[in-house]
Amino acid sequence: MQRRVVYPNRVLPYLLLAPQIIITVVFFIYPAAEAIRQALYQQDPFGLNAQFVWFENFALVLQDPHYWEAARVTLIFSLAVTLLAMAPALLLAVMADRVVRGAAGYRTLIVWPYAIAPAVAAVLWLFIFHPDIGYVGQGLLALGIPWDYRMNGAQALLLVILVSAWKQISYNFLFFLAALQSIPRSITEAAAIDGASGMRGFWLITFPLLSHITFFLLVVNLIYSLFDTFGVIHALTQGGPGVATTTLMYSIYRDGVVNVDLGGSSAQSVILMAGVILLTMLQFRYLEKRVHY
Amino acid sequence: MRRPHNWLAHFILILGALIFAFPIYLAAIGSSHDAGTIGRGQMPLLPGDQWLTNYQQALQSGQGERVRGNPALGLMQNSLIMALGITFGKIAVSLLSAYAVVFFRFPGRMFFFWLIFLTLMLPVEVRIIPTYAVVADFGMVNTFEGLIIPLIASATATLLFRQFFLTIPDELVDAAKMDGAGPMRFFWSILLPLSRTNIAALFVIMFIYGWNQYLWPLLITTSSQMQTVIVGIVKMIGTGEAQTDWHLIMATTVLALLPPVMVIILMQRWFVKGLVDADK
Repeated sequence: MQRRVVYPNRVLPYLLLAPQIIITVVFFIYPAAEAIRQALYQQDPFGLNAQFVWFENFALVLQDPHYWEAARVTLIFSLAVTLLAMAPALLLAVMADRVVRGAAGYRTLIVWPYAIAPAVAAVLWLFIFHPDIGYVGQGLLALGIPWDYRMNGAQALLLVILVSAWKQISYNFLFFLAALQSIPRSITEAAAIDGASGMRGFWLITFPLLSHITFFLLVVNLIYSLFDTFGVIHALTQGGPGVATTTLMYSIYRDGVVNVDLGGSSAQSVILMAGVILLTMLQFRYLEKRVHY
Repeated sequence: MRRPHNWLAHFILILGALIFAFPIYLAAIGSSHDAGTIGRGQMPLLPGDQWLTNYQQALQSGQGERVRGNPALGLMQNSLIMALGITFGKIAVSLLSAYAVVFFRFPGRMFFFWLIFLTLMLPVEVRIIPTYAVVADFGMVNTFEGLIIPLIASATATLLFRQFFLTIPDELVDAAKMDGAGPMRFFWSILLPLSRTNIAALFVIMFIYGWNQYLWPLLITTSSQMQTVIVGIVKMIGTGEAQTDWHLIMATTVLALLPPVMVIILMQRWFVKGLVDADK
C-alpha cells in the first residue's frame, strides 16, 4: 500500500530514521555480526590472542554431548511449555466467550499475570513448591513422594515448565478470545441448527476458524520458551541439578558469561540465531496474509 | 444457544482465576508474618500483623538476618527509571521512523524498513556477549544509558505506528499542506494527537517489557547501586535455603509486582487493543 500524498524532502526522513537506525546497527547488527566472527575464532581465556579456526568451534559444539543434552532438554521444555500455555488458554477463552455476565471481570482476573516477570513468577511458585516451606512441596512429601526439585532433575524440569507455561497463559488467552469474538455468531448458530453444537461443533466449525491464530501463537510461544524463560530457569534451578534444566539459551549464558568460552558460546549463539530466523520466517508467512505492504 | 452449561463455563473461569491469584495471595500473606513462622514450614493462610514492620524493613534496608539485600526503595527506583526510559525511548524512536517511512519518498526507504524489521530476528539473548562488549566499550556498564539505550530499537512499535499511519486519509495531509503546515508541524499538531490510543497501548506493553527485563540488567549492572528490583529478589533467594528471611523476600516480591500489575489493570482497555494489534 502506497500513500499518494507525501512530503518532498531530501534530508528530513534520514534525520527521522537516524536514532532507530543507529541503535539498530550499533546494538543489533554489529553484535550479531561480531557473534558470527567470534564463532570462527578461538580465543585464549584472557582475550589476548585469537586464532582463526574456520568451523572448529561449531564442530566442537556439535560433538559435545552436553550440547545435545541441552538440545534434548530444550525440545522437551519448549514443546511442553507451548502445549501447556496454549491448551488451558484456549479452554478459558472458549468459556469466556460463552459467558455474558461477568465477562469483563473474568478477563481482568485472567489477564494480569501477563504483567509478571518470568523471574518473579518463578519466585511466586517457589513459595508453593519449596519442599520445606511450600504447601504443595510439603503436601507431596506428606504423600510419600520424595519431592525436591533442587535434587531431582525430572522434578526440576517439571517445575520450570509449569511456571513458564503459567506465565504465558494470559497472553494466549487474549489472542484466542479476540479471535473467537471475531467469528460471526451466524456461523456457529447455523452449525447448531445443522446439529453441530457443543464439543462437535467446536472441533468441526470453530477450531478450524482459529487455525490461523493457533499457528501464530505456536510460533510466538516457541520463541518465548526459547528465550524469555531464562529468568525462570536462572531464578529456580540455575540450569541444574546437573544439567537437567540447561536449555540451549541457558547453555549460551553459562558458557559465555560464567565459563568465558567466547568461541563456543558464540557458535551456540549463531546456531540458535539461525533457529530464530527460521521461526520468524514461519511467522512471516502468517503475517503475509494479513499485512499489505 | 448459550443457556446450557453456563455454570460449567463459570466454574472453569473461576478455577482459572484462582490458579492465577493463589501464588500472589500467598506471597502477600507471607509478607505479613515474621521470618520464623514461614521458615518453620507453617505458612499461614491468613494475614499476620507484621505488615508495617516487614514492608518498612524491605523498603528501607533490605537486610535481614541472613539476607543481605538492598533497600527495595532504591531497587524500585532503578527499575522505574529503566522501564520508563525504555518505554518512552521505544515510542519516540518508533514514531519518528514510522513517520519517515510512511510520509516520505527517499532512496533507501525499503532498505531501512527491512533493517528495522531484522531486529525482530535478533533477540538480545542470542548476542549477549558482543552486545555487552559494545556497551562496555562505550563505558556504559552500570549506567542507565547502558540499561536503556540498547533496548529501545523496536520493530514491533514501528510496525504498529506504520499500520496506523497508513490509515490516515491523504485528504488530511493535503489539507494540512494547503494550510501551510510543514512536515514537522503536521507531525506535532496532527499525527501525534491522532496516535494517542496507539501510544497508550504501547505504553502498557513496553512498560511491562521494560520493568520485567532480567538478563540484560543482570549483565550490565554489577554495582548494587544500579540493581533492579527483579534481579535483587533473585539475588536475595540465592540457593533457596529454608532458613532465610522469607518475610523480606515476599514483601519485596509484592512490591516488585505492584507497578506492572497496576498499569495493566488500570490501562486494560488500551493494552488489549495494543497487544492484539501489535503482534498481528
